[in-house]
Amino acid sequence: MLYREAGDFKTSYQKDSQTFPLKFDRMGYWTVMVVAFLVVPFVINDYWANAVAVPFLIYAIAALGLNILTGYAGQVSLGTGGFMAVGAYACYKLMTMFPEVSMLVHVVLAGGITALVGVLFGLPSLRIKGFYLAVATLAAQFFLVWLFNKVPWFYNYSASGQINAPERTVFGIIVTGPNTEAWAKYLFCLIFVVVLAWIARNLTRGMTGRKWMAIRDMDIAAEIIGVNPLMAKLTAFAVSSFFVGIAGALFFSIYLGAAEVGEAFGIQKSFLILFMIIIGGLGSIFGSFAGAAFMVLMPVFLKNVLVGGLGWPTDLAAHLEFIIVGGLIVVFLILEPHGLAQLWRLTKEKLRLWPFPH
Amino acid sequence: MPDQLLFAIEVTMNGLMAGVLYALVALGFVLIFKASGIFNYAQGVMALFAAMTLVGIQNGQVPFAHLINAVFGTEVHHFGWHVPAILAILLTACVMVLFAWIVERYVLKHLVGQPDIILFMATIGLAYFMEGFGDLMWGADIKKLDVGLPQGGSFWLEENTAWLGGEGFYGFFIDKLDMVATVVAAILVASLVAFSQYTKQGRAMRAVADDHQAALSVGVSLRFIWVLVWSLAGFVALVAGIMWGAKSGVQFSLSLIALKALPVLMLGGFTSIPGAIVGGLIIGVGEKLFEFLIGAPFLGGATENWFAYMLALLFLVFRPQGLFGEKIIERV
Repeated sequence: MLYREAGDFKTSYQKDSQTFPLKFDRMGYWTVMVVAFLVVPFVINDYWANAVAVPFLIYAIAALGLNILTGYAGQVSLGTGGFMAVGAYACYKLMTMFPEVSMLVHVVLAGGITALVGVLFGLPSLRIKGFYLAVATLAAQFFLVWLFNKVPWFYNYSASGQINAPERTVFGIIVTGPNTEAWAKYLFCLIFVVVLAWIARNLTRGMTGRKWMAIRDMDIAAEIIGVNPLMAKLTAFAVSSFFVGIAGALFFSIYLGAAEVGEAFGIQKSFLILFMIIIGGLGSIFGSFAGAAFMVLMPVFLKNVLVGGLGWPTDLAAHLEFIIVGGLIVVFLILEPHGLAQLWRLTKEKLRLWPFPH
Repeated sequence: MPDQLLFAIEVTMNGLMAGVLYALVALGFVLIFKASGIFNYAQGVMALFAAMTLVGIQNGQVPFAHLINAVFGTEVHHFGWHVPAILAILLTACVMVLFAWIVERYVLKHLVGQPDIILFMATIGLAYFMEGFGDLMWGADIKKLDVGLPQGGSFWLEENTAWLGGEGFYGFFIDKLDMVATVVAAILVASLVAFSQYTKQGRAMRAVADDHQAALSVGVSLRFIWVLVWSLAGFVALVAGIMWGAKSGVQFSLSLIALKALPVLMLGGFTSIPGAIVGGLIIGVGEKLFEFLIGAPFLGGATENWFAYMLALLFLVFRPQGLFGEKIIERV
């Protein structure tokens, strides 16, 4: 009964075009924000931070990034893992070169470097489309992983070939390294998520986003109505890679602490993030979050139920996870090709009319 | 002849053989893509699944043994019999046909008319499903596949070519299995071409590839053709699985050959069977020669991981439809 426009009068254009037009939605949004910033940091412990909250937040950033490229601009990419690796290694090099600088700067710069690399690998998208592009981005994936494996400069000539996050701070608070508090990790990631989601939302509903969507829907027609495909595609690659790079930097420095490129940023990671945006919903900010939450929570849930609850061996649970993920993707594509975001939209439509649907 | 040149020739020959194996996987892709416009990412996992099933049937493994043991607390592993290779291959082929039918019935039928990219993603989901299912059914350990194919290098060739070079050259080393694979691939391609040219079903298949609606209007059953094509692709996957499995054991990495087949397809063009073969050979030779001449001496090796993709990427920039693909014409 609360969930409707009635009585919620808009008196300016600004109000008319706001993200959450319903008062109920706005209240929900601010509640989530307050809980996320003011409640969760005080109650979070190491298990929840490491198993659920931090991976969810980081994958949400990566999914946002890929969703901008694939969902909004229509350029399918299988190179997300490779771009995350660029972010991670850029962050590592910056962290070890300039130990005094705040982590915030490192992470943002790592995103910027990834954006440059992303533009470079985005160049072929001007000639290549669809599947061909998806396969071409595999070149980025394999080449980047190989590069970080083979050139010792990237991992500072360490004997193991791994990169390890040294202890770095933001305003005097330790955010990386083994001595980090759970709440610090969580808050650091949360700030990035909120800022980036805000950027993504506003980019995608502005001129840039409309150009991307025009290119996605039909690139020739878009070109005819005056969208420059070069600029639109390359900005999509740049922004997307910026997001993915930040996700990679956080994934390595905050979440993993130590990373080996083939294992942490392999082709599996690219697919994982692609699945997130398919299950969540292509071309939707909310979908990126929903997909990330789903793909992070489901293995945790399965593991708790099968291994913890039923006492099955872990490898069985792992196989079942594959089956369920694969099956769900197929089911989603058949039943709801627009993912969880579409379900959410339908729910909202229903809610608006409830309890008198006619 | 100088030794260096002889080594280069040897590398080229081995590259050709590896290329044939890539082409085998790519062939399965082309078959499905031509008939249904679906880019079947699951082809590699199908090869893995086929090889696993073959080994499982051959050794008399109990399917889902691990799961059964975990749920009921029993200790079952094997039925205790050995199935002859030929019979096991036939049974596996039946399993692949069954699989094709299930895929058509429960997945493809519901996705008719969806954009290509959705279908592509559905096959990725399918690949994940099969990977988990195969592991659950037959266990995830590395298995040895032995259907009586010859193994090891050919001593005859080595002895008879050693005189070509100097002290450091011991003759060309070529795996016997690669030679068998080449012969099998040639037979397979010839029979596929013959099938699609001279049989009723083959002609129907080509009609569907040409135009779905026109084929429907002259009474070709689309669904039957899809089952047929997926079965054929399953059979090709079985052959590829046998070859790769005999070469390097049946294990998870087998499914990654699908990724290697992608650049092969891009080079050759998605719609062309000769393209798959030529593309496979180019990639096979290209990556081996590049590794030998440039990768290993100057770049620290393991360039095979990305060379194929880079080559395909550069190639596509100049010719987006591949070597033999149909020209892409876009209309607004």
